[in-house]
Amino acid sequence: MTDLHNYDVVVVGAGGAGLRAAIEAHDQGARVAVVCKSLLGKAHTVMAEGGIAAAMGNLYPEDNWRVHFRDTMRGGKMLNHWRMAQLHAQEAPDRVRELEDWGALFDRTKDGLISQRDFGGHRFARLAHVGDRTGLELIRTLQQRAVALGIDVYMEHTITRLLTGPDGAISGAFGYRRVDGEFVAWQAPSVILATGGIGKSYVVTSNSWEYTGDGHSLALQAGASLVNMEFVQFHPTGMVWPISVKGILITESVRGEGGVLKNSEGRRFMFDYIPEFFRAETADTEEEADRWYDDHANNRRPPELLPRDEVARAINAEVKAGRGSPHGGVFLDIASRRSAEDIKRRLPSMYHQFKELAEVDITVEAMEVGPTCHYVMGGVEVDPESQAALVPGLFAAGEVSGGMHGSNRLGGNSLSDLLVFGKRAGTAAATHAKASMAASITQEALADAEQAALRPFEEKSGDNPYAVWHALQAAMNELVGIIRNADEVERALATIEELKAKKLSVTGGRAYNPGWHLALDLPNMLRVSECIAKAALERQESRGGHTRDEFPKPDAEWGKLNLICTLNDDRSGIALTRKPLPVMPPELAEIFEETL
Amino acid sequence: MSYEAKLRVWRGDADGGDLQDYTVTVNEGEVVLDVIHRLQATQAGDLAVRWNCKAGKCGSCSAEINGRPRLMCLTRMGDFQEDQVVTITPMRTFPVIRDLVTDVSFNYEKAAAIPPFTPKPREKDGTYRMQQIDVERSQEFRKCIECFLCQDTCHVIRDHEDNMPAFSGPRFLMRIAELDMHPLDTVDRKEFAQEQAGLGMCNITKCCTEVCPEGIHITDNALIPLKERVVDKKYDPLTWLGNTIRRRTP
Ligand SMILES: Cc1cc2nc3c(=O)[nH]c(=O)nc-3n(C[C@H](O)[C@H](O)[C@H](O)COP(=O)(O)OP(=O)(O)OC[C@H]3O[C@@H](n4cnc5c(N)ncnc54)[C@H](O)[C@@H]3O)c2cc1C
Ligand code: SF4
Ligand code: SF4
Ligand code: FES
Repeated sequence: MTDLHNYDVVVVGAGGAGLRAAIEAHDQGARVAVVCKSLLGKAHTVMAEGGIAAAMGNLYPEDNWRVHFRDTMRGGKMLNHWRMAQLHAQEAPDRVRELEDWGALFDRTKDGLISQRDFGGHRFARLAHVGDRTGLELIRTLQQRAVALGIDVYMEHTITRLLTGPDGAISGAFGYRRVDGEFVAWQAPSVILATGGIGKSYVVTSNSWEYTGDGHSLALQAGASLVNMEFVQFHPTGMVWPISVKGILITESVRGEGGVLKNSEGRRFMFDYIPEFFRAETADTEEEADRWYDDHANNRRPPELLPRDEVARAINAEVKAGRGSPHGGVFLDIASRRSAEDIKRRLPSMYHQFKELAEVDITVEAMEVGPTCHYVMGGVEVDPESQAALVPGLFAAGEVSGGMHGSNRLGGNSLSDLLVFGKRAGTAAATHAKASMAASITQEALADAEQAALRPFEEKSGDNPYAVWHALQAAMNELVGIIRNADEVERALATIEELKAKKLSVTGGRAYNPGWHLALDLPNMLRVSECIAKAALERQESRGGHTRDEFPKPDAEWGKLNLICTLNDDRSGIALTRKPLPVMPPELAEIFEETL
Repeated sequence: MSYEAKLRVWRGDADGGDLQDYTVTVNEGEVVLDVIHRLQATQAGDLAVRWNCKAGKCGSCSAEINGRPRLMCLTRMGDFQEDQVVTITPMRTFPVIRDLVTDVSFNYEKAAAIPPFTPKPREKDGTYRMQQIDVERSQEFRKCIECFLCQDTCHVIRDHEDNMPAFSGPRFLMRIAELDMHPLDTVDRKEFAQEQAGLGMCNITKCCTEVCPEGIHITDNALIPLKERVVDKKYDPLTWLGNTIRRRTP
């Protein structure tokens, strides 16, 4: 038997995007439920470190939305949906200030305003932050606000299916309660997906167990489309040693605060990897780069702060050339550049993390770092104003949505994206609910969803879900990683097909059974991996988070095209279509001609 | 480099359970959570455990390791002798759901009961101006990752379940202190702290501070100052006068 609840808006996900959406929908008068896989306050957003990008101009009055917009589009190699990038740059400052009304305490400037820090690809110091635990501040603030408003939160519930009516519009969502394995359904005319990313399909990742691409997969199955799925961000600086922490993130703030990358010969190798596209704005001597930290106006930025795709590829190349660190990374050195006291004050959790996990004192020694799967630019294709997906009543915000970041996301632009588009999705979902009839879910639909969820218990001779998952991770990591070629991606696709055909068995009962949960997450991981691999094979160029060995340069024709993923006709796999990019209006296109 | 570790893990649910012995491979540099994951992937697929970040940032993986409340992701296997049995049990103060997972809803209820943050109006230019030094006190408490290890440890509720309705525990007394020291907040929660949250039951033993993985000085910086403020308010005749008799505005 399934417990049934009625709401106007159901938000799937309690990270920054989900909570911001829920608060807004509540403020618009909707009855709102938030559903999330973990406890409240534990979503991925809690891990974000560096900051929230917003052109508030607190340190550099020259900064404004046009500069932020330009940086974002250039960082995404112009594949971003221009309208999303525009709205994002315009609205982010208000979304950050609003957090102060709800209790957030950001670090301050000397004038008592919100302090802003430098990050890769941002022309001015722009990231509002709290030490290096900005995500914790963001999620706790939103969590406390949602609790104060009395919004219903269903913690430790996992949605396994979106339900649609005969007209194809959303009628609700179905899932299980982790604690006892019982089923629950929420009837609602509007559902907002805010489920985050996909990193758990890779071995080396900064992402948690929650990142199994559920929202991406749920959207596909309900009839929506995904865009930009070939673009996966490998963050340049993950931990590489000890093995057990491989992939855990080292915030870009280390470089923003003065840290530099060196190879085994002690060379600041990033000077050897400045691409033509960014040459005019990047320092070409160490002296100029070092002066920049104190004087942005008269010096160009250090190459260590190029967008992430550039830095990740450079590290990869240094390691391949045999100039890596003992454990297959490169060195990130802040110890020789800043005082121990400054490091502990500006980067307390990095200091803590290395001490606890690697027994390394970062005020004395360099860190060993290497790329780690971090963020998916691709996601649900949405309308920029309302975050509406193709399916009526379905919305998506945050990492699960696509388009905003194009082929590569700038650091700090995710937290602001969550707030800007979370709020927009909340408004639109509440409006849609008001205009809709009460949703109703049929008994047949519930019975079918229950049966599908219970299948792994009935299967007696299937595979161990953990083994299948590890096989997928290995294939994605090795064959669809930072540098891709057609042969390898085809092999990955063959592996994905093999794994899709496997039946899964689980042991134990329905109460809090991680093996069962994994068996239900796996089809989502496989579906999303198929999207990534198929789109990566199709796009014959290198751009942002997608690099093809055989086609090392960006291609002007590909620069006009998006790849769209949908379920194929018999729902057995993914179909790809090419779609022209939306055209930027002339008054925005002008911004790229300006010398800033 | 690798070795076979002897693990004892509590398995069971609300109806009962016991410690079970396992032998699991451990590699260099691994933490307890890695070993629990290996156990899950190879021998006990249904072993229930909470975790998210694996980096001490989310506060999900709280448990008791050889009797001591700790985060599994920050407890290195290297802290133990290779032949030493490592015993992992769920947090004792909260009702067990299954294996290492406990029902922590107590904490969410206590959080919800606290009168929410209520700011003063913004400055004329639409900003809030605060000096770094003024935000730092509350910022220390906002480092809390809600692992609830301090709640688990505090003897007021660890040994006396019947105190739970009247006592919010160190985490939420600290939240009251955080709001009290927040430069923008306008609500007085001193009476709430004393009457509803049970501040008087804390006898400043500092056990909570000792287990906090964030190194927050819960007792010294939050609980004791809060007690002082509450005492001032309750017994200081001047504060009392100030609160009851309207003073002329200067
Ligand atoms: C270590 C790290 C550091 C980062 N630092 C920064 C930074 O400094 N600045 C920045 O801008 N970005 C940063 N990012 C990226 C940013 O944190 C994420 O992109 C962002 O937090 C995602 O937020 P979200 O709201 O989309 O999803 P999340 O916060 O991941 O929330 C997803 C929610 O969806 C729920 N969910 C998922 N599937 C289901 C399902 N099937 N049923 C029910 N619920 C479900 C989850 O339980 C969770 O509550 C960082 C990321 C990492 C990993
Ligand atoms: S100091 Fe107070 S709150 Fe902390 S453990 Fe002791 S009695 Fe409990
Ligand atoms: S105060 Fe420390 S021990 Fe208590 S919940 Fe917060 S982080 Fe955990
Ligand atoms: S898993 Fe996040 S604190 Fe241990």
